[in-house]
This record gives sequence, structure tokens and C-alpha cells, in this order.
Amino acid sequence: MGNYFNKIDKWLSDRYELDALKELIMHKKVPVHRHSVWYYMGGVTLFLFTVQVLTGILLLLYYKPGENSSYESVRFIMTHVKFGWLIRSIHSWSANLMILFAFLHMFSVFFSRAYEKPRELTWVTGFLSLAIALAFGFSGYLLPWNQLAFFATKVGTEIVGVVPIIGEPLKVILRGGEDVTGATLSRFFGIHVAVLPLVLTAFLVIHLLFVQKQGMHEPEKFKSLPEEKKKYIPFFPNFVLKDVLLWLVVFDVLLMLAVFLPWELGPKADPFTAAPAGIKPEWYFMFMFQSLKFLPAYILFLEGELVGVLGFGLAGLAWMLFPFIPFKNKPGAKISLQAAIGIFAVIYIIVLTILGYTL
Amino acid sequence: MSQTRRKFINTILGIGGLGSLGAILYPLVSYLIPPKITEAKVNSVKAGKADKFKDNSYKIIKFGREPVILIKTVNGNFKALSATCTHLQCIVQYRKDLKEIWCACHNGLYDLNGKNISGPPPRPLKQYDVKIVKDEIIITR
Amino acid sequence: MKKLFFLLSIFLLLLSTVFYAQEKTIQDKNGQNECLNCHKSDENLPDDFKSYDVHITAGLTCADCHGGDPTSDDEDIAMSKKNGFVGVPSRKDIPQFCGRCHSDFKFMKNYRPEVETDQVKQYYTSIHGIQLKKGDKNVAVCTSCHTAHSILPPKDPRSSVYALNVPATCNKCHGDKKLMDKYNLPSDIYKKYVNSVHGIDLLKNKDVTGAPACNDCHGNHGATPPGVSSIVNVCGTCHVNNYNYFKASKMGKDWEGDNDYHGCVTCHNNHDIKKPNDSFVGVGDDALCSDCHDKGDKGYEEAKKIHQELTNLSTLYDSAKVKLIKVKQLGMDDISIGFMLKDAHQAMIKARTTVHTFSSAKVAELTVPGIKIANNAIKKADEEISDYHTRRYGLGAATIAILILIIGLYLKLKGLNKPEA
Ligand code: HEM
Ligand code: FES
Repeated sequence: MGNYFNKIDKWLSDRYELDALKELIMHKKVPVHRHSVWYYMGGVTLFLFTVQVLTGILLLLYYKPGENSSYESVRFIMTHVKFGWLIRSIHSWSANLMILFAFLHMFSVFFSRAYEKPRELTWVTGFLSLAIALAFGFSGYLLPWNQLAFFATKVGTEIVGVVPIIGEPLKVILRGGEDVTGATLSRFFGIHVAVLPLVLTAFLVIHLLFVQKQGMHEPEKFKSLPEEKKKYIPFFPNFVLKDVLLWLVVFDVLLMLAVFLPWELGPKADPFTAAPAGIKPEWYFMFMFQSLKFLPAYILFLEGELVGVLGFGLAGLAWMLFPFIPFKNKPGAKISLQAAIGIFAVIYIIVLTILGYTL
Repeated sequence: MSQTRRKFINTILGIGGLGSLGAILYPLVSYLIPPKITEAKVNSVKAGKADKFKDNSYKIIKFGREPVILIKTVNGNFKALSATCTHLQCIVQYRKDLKEIWCACHNGLYDLNGKNISGPPPRPLKQYDVKIVKDEIIITR
Repeated sequence: MKKLFFLLSIFLLLLSTVFYAQEKTIQDKNGQNECLNCHKSDENLPDDFKSYDVHITAGLTCADCHGGDPTSDDEDIAMSKKNGFVGVPSRKDIPQFCGRCHSDFKFMKNYRPEVETDQVKQYYTSIHGIQLKKGDKNVAVCTSCHTAHSILPPKDPRSSVYALNVPATCNKCHGDKKLMDKYNLPSDIYKKYVNSVHGIDLLKNKDVTGAPACNDCHGNHGATPPGVSSIVNVCGTCHVNNYNYFKASKMGKDWEGDNDYHGCVTCHNNHDIKKPNDSFVGVGDDALCSDCHDKGDKGYEEAKKIHQELTNLSTLYDSAKVKLIKVKQLGMDDISIGFMLKDAHQAMIKARTTVHTFSSAKVAELTVPGIKIANNAIKKADEEISDYHTRRYGLGAATIAILILIIGLYLKLKGLNKPEA
């Protein structure tokens, strides 16, 4: 075996400059310490993204966008295509897990302060990737054209409309008309299968190049250890193998979810029925949705919803540019201001999500 | 690492690897093989050969989840209408003797354009389009 | 100069058309017709009636009905007997008044050849007409239903005799308790009708072509209560199968002729017909059969059996429907189950109609196959649902393979971390 590899390697090296590439892979060492687990979160997210791309392509073989065909073709996939139910279920579950792991990854990076110099742009590209992942979720939700998705999309796009001046035209552009119709479906389909994959791939490549170039961030405690006590494992093959091991576990979990809790389809969307009770967005939008609900109709002279939407917009922007915000912490402080903000964000998200499901 | 141990590990890796590959490839290939009904057709349905269809006769066709009544009139024209009676959703039939569409449940009658002409049905039957392409009857919405 | 002349002539031309147009409208309203000059604010004339009343829009004028000379603005000349002035006809004369044209086939042909011309004749056969002849001034005449000056054809939704408006129109008199008491007639018919199957379908569901209004059972110009013996026929015009089954049954024959039982009405009532359900037949509290049939007699047993047959099928059908919804929700194949349920439903609907044979055997001919179909549908649904849940074997196999790979990798990693020997 090894022989063949060597031969191929030699053949390639004779023709291309492979050293730079090899160096990029080989040079990196991954620190080993109490919080090393968090180094795997980005990898899991990446794995789930590949699962998405692959299962997504498979679904495209049978899916037909259109008011009269979307729901029917998804049903067809689930009832007539062998293992169609499995592919669809994996795609749906993996989408949710991907977003979950992206959030975990982001907060772990945040609390270990990995976003600080020199990794500011890694953070920014990562944040943008998460935003795109959310857009993936939102656009994909509508594609089966079932009742729940139809109304969730109606409510979701309605929220865009509250932004002053650009909101209304933006909503119309997003919906492909005044209302959520077959036109919206075509649009969302195009965005979901063409635009977003392209953009996310581009961002991820940059994100990963940065990470690979700069190596892993070492936490404060680890850095202050004497040189001989710092333990590392090589990125290749050790860390990569561990990554793969975890991916296999995640993959099996995905299979179990698909089999034991297959994604349901529900009734077909009927634009002329009244919205069923309890329309809820997907869980990762819940904290924002719930916050908007809590706001009073008017805050000062502004519409409450508008304040909420603008507030989330600004908070998102600040979060994206977090590495560039200069913080002055008092030397004696028990907890840094950054950490306090992070803890607040986590608690806020968790509490409002729970409220969203219990109220 | 001892030679035997190394061999052992490689065997396990080989078995697990092949097994996992199978676990992925089997569903994948099954998925790629086109199913018997090759498409989720919902806007049209084939209803057999036109010349085999006797004049003054009818057939109930499954159009997705809706029954459709396909009628060949005495003049050899095809008509397709929703077969669900607008009264209490029974399935209608074509009466050769009356040359009209009849619902057995409460004696509802419709003419061949689906208009409700007698009995309890409150509304007409929805019409479908029928095309003959190379002697194949195709019903479309 | 020439140019100026040209422009001027064009201007004059335009001006004259404007005047001409104005002239014309005035003439149309008033030119030959001086009546409205005085009768403008006559309370008998509804606002705006000129724009929709059939007679006016067909080009008839006041004088065409009321006579007189409309060209004169002198009251004495315009409304003189000599000029044929009729004025307001007395109530008793209204039918003939309208009949001058409406009974004249030759005249009506010019306007609406499809309309019948025997309304007046029919009218005098109705209770309304008979009473009017006797000098009763309370009864309905043409204008009571059609109005005098805002008459619209019955197909026009604004018309007082449009199907949706008929019940309210009849109710103007038939809901008047004081008036009805004089004749010993009920005044709550409208209230009963509104909540009946027919009333709900007509007034709530706006089923104009399907549901009967008052006139569909009672007739319109010849309105009479359907005679006792004709009730079955009247209901039977729409409810054909029920009619046939009933007529052929022993009970149907026994009830013929004059006696206390009046066909359909005896069980279903007339104006407050409720949507029937399976508990109507049988021996339970709501059952109508047990009004006459007591324990021990044959009818009692038969009713019990019929009820049993119907509920057997309908409960099974309902649970099959619940299963179908579940299958749909799970995204499994529901189409063939849907078709099976349609067949079961058909058997159920038919079986309910055969109740009117009053034979449990006839009912069972339909319910038994129906029950079989419903059972098959349930079986198929259960298969789909369990299919949904038994995809686990494959998962088990896949998990074992993946687990072996994981163990292999784990061991390999452990080896990697040790320095090579
Ligand atoms: C949406 C999908 C994303 C994928 C597939 C992804 C993938 C990765 C991978 C594979 C790594 C290297 C391993 C690791 O540190 O976990 C990484 C590192 C990193 N990511 Fe992401 N990421 C995503 C989103 C994000 C987000 C939302 C953020 C923050 C807003 C972010 C910020 C970072 C940073 C700062 C690092 C460097 C961490 C370090 O050096 O320790 N990433 N990402
Ligand atoms: S269901 Fe067809 S006539 Fe009643």
C-alpha cells in the first residue's frame, strides 16, 4: 500500500509544487489541554455541511419545484423512491445539527478568545458562514411546500417588511410578489440550491485557509505553561483521524435520528385556509421571534417590531465585528467584559428559546 | 507496535471500512435506481389506448389522489370530469342508457359537461382536458 | 383668415355636440314623460329605481301601466279617465292589472319569450288567489313579492325573488304573528327553515342552484301547501332514491292515502328538517323508529339491526380516516388507502339511503362489503405505519459496521500516540 502512495506522490511532485500544500497540512500542531474538545466543533460542522451537499444533490434528482409539484415530489421521494425517506430525513436532520454545531463552534471560539489578533478575519468569515447557514435553513424549510412551512415563511418574510424604506421592496423581492406564492417557491429553490452553496463554499474555503495558515489558537493558560509541558498532537494524521472518528459517531447519530424520528411531511400548503394555530419558526430563529413578540406595539414613536429588527441587525453587526471592538478591562476584574457579554448572549438565546416553546 | 497488533488493527479497519462503505453505497445505489413509477406526475395522467376504448363507455381513472371519470361518448369524443359527486362525495358513473353521468347514491344526474341537472348535487363536476397523443389518452388539469 | 375660419367652425361643431348631448339626456328623462315632474318625491317610488327596474329599463313608461297622457303637464289632462288613466289599481285588481301584459303571450314574446304567461291563472289556484277573490285584502298579490317599482328578474341577486331572498320575502307576511294568528297559521316557519338543512345550505352556504327555497316545494304563483299525498312526490323530486325505496317499502304502501302518517314529514318534519344522522334510525333516545315501534314488535328489532349495521360501518370508517391522516402526516403512501376509503364512504352513504327500505338485510348488503373495505384500508394503513417504524434492521446493520470502523480507528490512534517500536 505504502509503496503505491509513494509512487503517486513522486509522480505528482515531479510535475507540481506539492510542498506548499503539504506544508499547509503538515505544519499544524493541535494543542492538547482540558478544552481541546472544542477544537472539533468546526470539523463536525464542516462534515455536516458535506452531508448536506451530498444528500442535497441526491434530493435534486427527484425534487421538482412548483406549487403543484413540490409537495407531490417530496411525497414521491418518501413513498416511491427506495431510501428516499432516509435521504430526506438525513438532509433535514443534518441541516439542524449543522446549525447547532456552528453555534457551539462559535461560542467556544468566543469564550476561548480565539477571535483575537491575528484571527479577526477567521471570525468574520465564520460569522458570515453561520448567517448563510441560517439562510439555508430558512429557504430550505419552504421547499416541501407544506402547511407549516408555508405559514412560517409568510410570517418570516413579513418581518423583513417592517424595516423602513428598504423593508417593503425587500420583502417583495424575497417573495417574488406581494404574497408567498409559487413564485416565492421558485425563488427560494434557486437561492437554496445555487446561490447559497456557492457563497458558503467560498467563505468556508477562506475560513479554513486562514485556520490552516495560522494554526490553532492556544488559550491563555496553555500559553503560559513552560515549553516542555506544552503537549501537541500533529494535525496530520492524528487530529484528522480523531476528527474522522467523531464524524463517524455523528453520522451514526444522524442515521438513528432518521430512522427513529423521521422528518414528517404534514399536509400540503393551502394558501386559502386560515393559518393553523401555533405557527412556529425553526428553533434557531425562535429566540428572535420570541423577542419580537415580547416587544410592545410602540417604543417611543417607533414600532416595536421595527425596534426589534433593527436591534437584532445592530447586535449581529457588532457581534461580527467583535474582534475589532477595543475593550478596556479593569486589571482587578473577576470576569472580563467580553466574557460577560458572551454569557449574556448565551443565556439570552437559551431563555428566549425556551420561552418560545413553553409560552 | 508489534506486527500482529498492527495486522489486527488493519483487519478491523478493513472490515469496518468495507461494512460502512456498504452501508452507505447500498442505500445510495438503491436511491439512484429509478423507481417503477418514474415521476411524481400530478398534472397529467395516461389512460390507455384511445382506439381500444369502446364508444358509449367509461372508466374511472386515478388522477393522483382524485378519481376522474373518463367517458367516450356515442360520437367517439372523450370527456374527462372529476368523478367525485358534489353532493356527498360518492363516485359517479356513466349511464349508457341515459347518456348522462349518474350518481348511484342519491340519483344525482349530470350532463356530459358536468352540469348538475337533477337530484341533490349542488354544483357541477369539474372538467379535465383530454388529449390524444399517438393514440394514447392523456388527461390533464 | 382661412385658418381662423376653420378653427372656428371646428369649435362650433364641438360646442353643438355638447349641447346636443345635454338636450338628449333631458329629453330621455322628461321629454315625453311629464309624470315624474310631479311624482318626483312620491314615496312609492324607490330611489334610483329608474336605473334597474325591469320595466323601465325595457323602455316602458309610467303610462304603459298606469295609463293617462304623459305628454301633458296639466294634471287634469294627464290623469283624466278619458285618456285611459288607471292610477293605482286596487289590491283586488292587481293580478289582472299585471296580467294585461303578463298573460298576453303575444305581447310578452316581444320582451321575454322564455317567460310563461300563465302566472295569473296559476295565482287564482293558490290560497292567496282564492282568498283574494273572496275579498280578503291581507293575502299576497303580485307586488307583495315582486314589489311595484323595483322589480328585477328572479336571477338577479338584487331581486326580492332571487332564491337567496325568497325566504325573507315570504317571511314579510308569514313571519307576522298577528296576521298569521288570524288564519291559524304558524309564524315561526322562517326561524325553523333558517336552521334546517335546506335553510343552512341555501342561506349560509349560498347554494343557489341546489338548496330549495320556499317556492321550490310550495310553488310560487300557485303556492299551496303540498297535499298530504303529494309530500312524498315533492321531496322525491330531489331525493329520488329515498323516494323509490320508500314507495316500494311496506311502510310506504301502508302510509298511502289519508291517514295520520304523511310520508317524509312524519320522521323528518317539514320546515325544520335536521341533518340526519345514524341515531335517527334505531331504538335509542334520538331514534324516530321507537316513536311507534315498541319493544317486542318486529319493527323494533329491525330498527335495532339497521342501526347496528350503520354504526358498525361508520365507526370503522371513522377510525380508518384517522389512520389515513396519520399515514399522510408521516409522509407514507396514502393514495391507495385514500381510494379504499372513498369506496367505503360510498357504501356508507348508500347504506344510509337504503334505510328507507326499512329492511336490515338490504342495508347489510351495502354495509358488509363496506366494512370489509374499511377493514382492508385499516390493515393497509397499519402496514404503512409499521413500515415507517421498522426501518430499524438496516440501521442496526449499518451501526455495527460503523462501530467496527470506529473501534479500528480508535485502536490505530492509540498506536499513533505511542512512539513506534
Ligand atoms: C458555518 C459553518 C462553519 C464551518 C464549517 C467552520 C469550520 C471551521 C473549522 C473546520 C475550523 C478549524 C477547527 C476548529 O477550530 O474547530 C474552524 C475554526 C475557526 N472558526 Fe469556524 N466554521 C464555521 C462557522 C464559524 C463561525 C460561525 C465562527 C464565528 C463567528 C467561526 C470562527 C472560527 C474561528 C475564530 C476559528 C479558529 C479557531 C482556533 O484557531 O481555535 N467559524 N472553523
Ligand atoms: S352523493 Fe351523489 S347524489 Fe348524493
